[in-house]
Parts: sequence; C-alpha cells; structure tokens
Amino acid sequence: MALGSVILFAVLALVVVGSALGMLFSRNAVYAALFLVLNFATVALLYLILGAPFIALTQITVYAGAIMILFLFVIMLLGAEKLPDTARSGRQRWVAALVALVFLAEVGLYVAYRGSNLAGMPALTADFGSPVAVGLALFEQYQLPFEITSVILLSALVGAILLTRQEKQRS
Amino acid sequence: MTAALFWEWLIKGIILILVMTGGFAYTTLLERKVLARMQARIGPNRAGPFGLLQPVADGIKLIFKEELIPAGADKRIFVLAPIITVIPALIVTAVIPWGTSVTIGGREIALRITDINVAVLYIMAVTSISVYGITLAGWSSNNKYAAMGGLRATAQMVSYELALGLAFIGPVMLAGSLSMSDIVAAQQGLWYVFIQPAGFLIYFVASLAEVNRAPFDMPEAEQELTAGYHTEYSGMKFALFFMAEYIKMIAVAMIGASLFLGGYQGPFVAQLPWLGPVWLFAKVFVWLFVMIWVRATLPRIRYDKLMALGWKVLLPVSLLNVMVTAVVLVLTSA
Repeated sequence: MALGSVILFAVLALVVVGSALGMLFSRNAVYAALFLVLNFATVALLYLILGAPFIALTQITVYAGAIMILFLFVIMLLGAEKLPDTARSGRQRWVAALVALVFLAEVGLYVAYRGSNLAGMPALTADFGSPVAVGLALFEQYQLPFEITSVILLSALVGAILLTRQEKQRS
Repeated sequence: MTAALFWEWLIKGIILILVMTGGFAYTTLLERKVLARMQARIGPNRAGPFGLLQPVADGIKLIFKEELIPAGADKRIFVLAPIITVIPALIVTAVIPWGTSVTIGGREIALRITDINVAVLYIMAVTSISVYGITLAGWSSNNKYAAMGGLRATAQMVSYELALGLAFIGPVMLAGSLSMSDIVAAQQGLWYVFIQPAGFLIYFVASLAEVNRAPFDMPEAEQELTAGYHTEYSGMKFALFFMAEYIKMIAVAMIGASLFLGGYQGPFVAQLPWLGPVWLFAKVFVWLFVMIWVRATLPRIRYDKLMALGWKVLLPVSLLNVMVTAVVLVLTSA
C-alpha cells in the first residue's frame, strides 16, 4: 500500500473510532445521534476507498440519511435530548462484555491468519461493486434471500401501520 | 494522477462553486424582479443599471449585520447547522455534465467535473444529508416556532424524497445507467420528458417540496411560524440558509434539466462544444423562471394536505410509473 493511502486510511479509521466513542459517551441524545451520522458517513468513505462506490453511497443515503434523520426526528419530537445519568442495567453490561470478547477473538483470529491464504483469492475485476454487478448478483445469485427480505420488510411496514391504527381507536 | 489532472479538477471545482454562488446572487434578483412584474410592481432598480448591483448591496448589508446567538441555544449545533445546509447544496451538482469536451491549448478537457457510475445515487445521498441542517437549526434555536418549522421541514423533505428518488428511476431505466453523462447522452434524439411525462411532473412537484419552495413552503410559513427554522438566525448565518435555498433551486433545475430536458444537448452542440453549457444554462433559466412563476401564482398548501399529497398521490403514482416503464421496456426490447 502506498504511503498516501495508509495516511488516508489512518485518518478515516481514527474518525470512525472517535465518532463511535463520542456516540457512546455523550450525555445528549442529539449529539449521540450526530456522532453516529458522522460514523456512518466515514464508514461509507472506507467502502469508497475499498472500491465499492455503490455500497458507499447506499450507506450514506439509507443509514446516514434516511434512518438517522428519523432517529433525530423522534428525539426532537419527544424532547428526550437529556439522557439520565444513571448506570446501565447489569444484564446489558454482561451482554456488552460478551460481544466485546467475541469481537476481540475475531481480531485475534485475523492477526493470526493474516495474509496466509490471500493468494487463493480471485483478483478484483474492473466492474467489481458497480451497480450492474451488484444488481445482477442480487437478482440472480441471491434472488431468494432478496425476496424473503422484501416480504419481511413488507410485513414490518403493515405491522407499523396497524399499530398506529389501534392507537387511534383506543383514544 | 498527474499534476495537470489535479489542477484541472481543482479549477473545475472552483468554477462550479463560483457559478453556483454567483447564480444564487442573481437568482434572488431574478425572483424579486419577476415577482414584482407579476404583481404590477417594478422591483429593485436603484442599485446599478436595472438593479443589477442589488445582490452586492444585499451581501454587504448582511455581512455588517449583528450576529446573534440566543442565550438558550445550543451554540455548537446552532453554528454548525447553516454550514451543514449549504455544503450539500454546493456539491450536489458535481456529477452533472456541462457539455462534451473542448480543446484548450492542445489539451482535451471534458466539460464535467467527474463521471461516476453511481451519479444518481450520489445525488440521492447528498440531498438526504442536506435535511440535517434544517432539522438541527430548528432544534438548536431553542424556540418553539423554529422547532416546529424544523420538524415540518424534516417530515416534508423525508416524505418527498421517496417520490423524488422514484422519479429518477424512469430516466435511469431508459438510459440503462446511473451515470448522468450516459443519461444525457442517451437523450440526443428525444428528451425523456416526452417518454416520461409522468416522471417529469412527479420530479417537478417533489423537487419544489424538497427545496421548500412555494406552494410547499410550510416550514417557513410566516403567518404561523414567524420564519420557521431560521427564526433565530441573523447576519451571515441567515445568509447561508438563504444561499442554500437558492443554490438548491439551481441544483434541482440542473438535475431536472439533465434527467428530462436533455441537459447540454441542443442544436449544433456536436459542432460547437462550447454551446453545451449555454444550452444547459438556458434550460436552467427557464426552469427557475417557472419555479418563481409557481410561487407568484399558487397559494400555500395546508400541512395535512401536503403530507397526503406526498404519500397518497405522488408515491403511488411514481411507483406505478416505474412499473409501467419497466414493463414497456421489457416488452419493446424483446
């Protein structure tokens, strides 16, 4: 890797980790949400330097744009900016420790086996990650998972509408 | 990457930003002049010939105004919000081609900043980020009117983004590419507005709502919300919101002209490549005029009607448009 791309990666990685920590430690929900937006956007830039522009821009449109704006909208609408200063409940802490252990094990495995079987991997083609390639893979190779996902999303959509309807009848 | 290529990109980028900011200044003058004429007034005519120096006078006035930050405001976000609003507006048109290519000093220079194969997605991504500025401005002002305006703007922009995105799909399917250059090049014979009239109308209505222009200017409805999300802003921070609104107008006009009106395509472009930017400018100018015309003509739509129009009319119609286009494309190509 050239020096320039190492520096670029280092800066982006620092922003990713820094914004994730900022999200965790800020006591104001709006700041936490904004740190998460910065995190998503920077991760999208990481996808971009990995040669996947389609995934990168989808990440920004869907996660940094659509989903986080709804988070922010709900925080502002409920006036829930200030988070309580109390500690998290005990069970969550155990789950967090478990997830952290799994993640550390993954990092350890990566370091142990780094570069051992990269030679067997196929080289990237010119149209890797292009919209056409992603679309063909989605609709030919992964058609069944794609259709199942769309049915799950549709049922969630119908469920959400049903919930608001019941709310109206009761009041 | 050679040094020459770097300088070419840098110069093109600076040209784009200068054109957008200069365009902003004179769009405000155009709007005031056209509105005045439509209301049987004269409009600004004191500063310079035909009032041509009016934007300069406005700019100087805004620079020297006092900048006020309310005591109860969240200062960091209050300062950040106008910047978040203006940057997406400035960069969103980076993927729009201005023409084919010209030769300057023996070097062939493409009249576009970049031609990426995900250009339409880039536009969607940047517009989805631009919502944050308005939302945060409303929240950080710590003012009821501003918060209401910010919430309304967010709901409106998120709702109309869907119809806007689906209106993009028509030209994308017809051209078979997400690249703006390919989409414009595919319209050499016939503009997509003739094949996609429904898509064009959906784009026009949704883009008006997306840039909060009349008749969809609920977020800043004076009678109910004083000024909406920018109630507490003054001086240059207010000017940045103002700038973002007009630059967004130019941007949606440029994107719409490229998607549906053939972009830089026009008579004699093949022989004289310099005509490309001229045709694009002419189309953007007509588009802006129509936007101002709509503002002078139509009353503001009530908020619940606006949401109903977005979700119950525009979204189903745009979905139907995508379906019909896809079916017709498959049938004609087979």
